[in-house]
Amino acid sequence: MPAADIAPAATMLYVENVTMRFGGLTAVDDASLNVPKGSITGLIGPNGAGKTTLFSIVSGFLKPTGGRVSFDGADVTHLPAHELAEKGLGRTFQIVKPFAGLTVAENVAVGAFLRHRHRADAETVAERVATRVGLGDRLDAPAARLTVAGRKRLELAKVLATEPKLLLLDEVLAGLNPSEVRDILPVIRGLRDDGITILMIEHVMQAVVSLCDRVFVLAQGAVIASGTPREVVADPRVVEAYLGKGAAARLARAEAADA
Amino acid sequence: MRSSLRPYLPVLALGVLLALAPLLLTSNVALNFLAVTLIVSLAAQGWNLLGGFGGQFSFGHAAFFGVGAYSSAIWQMRFGLDAWTGLLVGTAMGAVTGLVIGFLAFRAGLRGSYFALVTLAFAEVFRVLANSSEVTGGAAGMLLPLKIGAGNLQFSDRATFLGLVVALTVLVLGLVQWIRGSRFGAQLVALRENEEAARALGVDVLAVKLKAIGLSGAITATAGVLYLQYFLFIDANIAFGTWISVEVLLAAIVGGLGTVLGPVVGALALHGLGELVKAAVGQLPGIDLAVYGAILVVAVAFLPGGLVGLARRRAAPRQVRKAEPEGGRA
Ligand SMILES: Nc1ncnc2c1ncn2[C@@H]1O[C@H](COP(=O)(O)OP(=O)(O)OP(=O)(O)O)[C@@H](O)[C@H]1O
Ligand SMILES: [Mg+2]
Repeated sequence: MPAADIAPAATMLYVENVTMRFGGLTAVDDASLNVPKGSITGLIGPNGAGKTTLFSIVSGFLKPTGGRVSFDGADVTHLPAHELAEKGLGRTFQIVKPFAGLTVAENVAVGAFLRHRHRADAETVAERVATRVGLGDRLDAPAARLTVAGRKRLELAKVLATEPKLLLLDEVLAGLNPSEVRDILPVIRGLRDDGITILMIEHVMQAVVSLCDRVFVLAQGAVIASGTPREVVADPRVVEAYLGKGAAARLARAEAADA
Repeated sequence: MRSSLRPYLPVLALGVLLALAPLLLTSNVALNFLAVTLIVSLAAQGWNLLGGFGGQFSFGHAAFFGVGAYSSAIWQMRFGLDAWTGLLVGTAMGAVTGLVIGFLAFRAGLRGSYFALVTLAFAEVFRVLANSSEVTGGAAGMLLPLKIGAGNLQFSDRATFLGLVVALTVLVLGLVQWIRGSRFGAQLVALRENEEAARALGVDVLAVKLKAIGLSGAITATAGVLYLQYFLFIDANIAFGTWISVEVLLAAIVGGLGTVLGPVVGALALHGLGELVKAAVGQLPGIDLAVYGAILVVAVAFLPGGLVGLARRRAAPRQVRKAEPEGGRA
């Protein structure tokens, strides 16, 4: 139980033995993980490992078949998504979900309205947040006209406008070119510096290594490893999860032969 | 303060224009045309709040129109109470009906054509019930006793009644404009665009939908009461008839879905064209429907934002250009 030794007061999110079955398919299999307050924690794993499903459970979009989720010290397993957002748990979607018919400013304002009843306040917050993620010059553009990178930024801006304590980022870097990735890394780091705890699903390993304090590895629904980014990428179980059974041994033999 | 009143300018302008009508028009035909059209436009404003802003297309707004009309008629004829409180009771019953239908449909997660069908079913059930129940006068309908007087919401001249209809129309336009700028309005539009994204941003989708259908039902029911007071007669096929369900959604779509002025502009355009065609080809049975069908096809094919959208594009061609795809950020 990797989380047992963590004092609850220092834990922002605690996922405890969560299982999710879709009919015969076990998408998440008795997974446990914890996210310390103030950290950037990574969640990696091969395609179909159950990462997004776990996010959907944590953020209240799916009810788990079994297990518990605690957020900021309280059991939130059965809370609906909008109440979790209200409590300060924000998420982005891997497949971005812009309000396509609205402008960038209007999109972000929907998030800002969560904490600000008056339009003028919500608009001020929306503008500040949009500027922060690099959309300051696109405020009046219809969301439908944004590029892929623009939509990713918008997805981030919308949830930031809800002023979350914990931010779940589902592959916000996917589909971006290397220079766009370089642009957005400091933004994410800046959020942590502002006190937002982050749990991020990411395939771009360079980003995981440079951002994350700790990483959990999910494979076929189960957490198979955790540790610093360098530790987990060197872990043979992780290599095998990505490359197939026996891959770690084959790699080691190949390296030995090369030497 | 000035900037916060700015969004209300179009509503005010249209309000002034409409308010002049009862003062300037003298022909009974014109007064009658405007009164009926504005009653339909009021009902359409109710539909537009839910369908245009909230994206929940109802095919049975006759349910609310009829509940408003019948509630007030029963209030006056069976309980002997007065017409003004009848207006309030009719409106309140519309809200209650909206909340009940909304609770059943939205809690079950019904969307799109399923929601449309459920509303249609409610309207039809109400129609059958009103047609057979004693308290609603059965198939004979309900004829309000003629008691001319402002206290009874019955006026000897059409212009005065039209003044009341204009006042309520403008009041609701103002209300919808206010909603549009409010948090509730932003959340309503957000769930229309993407429910999951809205939930992730803390929008209580069920609560917002219920609020919308309650208000929608209330507004359309108010129109039903006005209809009753204007004609002093309703029966099931009028009050719960498909005609009103169809006209309100047509008016909103032709005028501009999810725009504040759309339903009024759309109703005026629909009825105006209908009258023109009637004048040209005479009273053919079913000609209204043919005209409405043609208008709907034209609106859907050529007017994506309705007439209001068209006017906006004309007024601000530069803004459209500004919204061209981005050419990369410098
Ligand atoms: N609603 C659902 N119903 C049935 N099966 C589902 C559902 N959602 C996800 N799955 C299945 O659960 C498994 C895990 O999917 P999930 O999207 O969580 O993986 P992931 O780790 O996010 O993958 P990727 O890296 O490709 O995004 C997959 O086999 C997927 O097909
Ligand atoms: Mg995924």
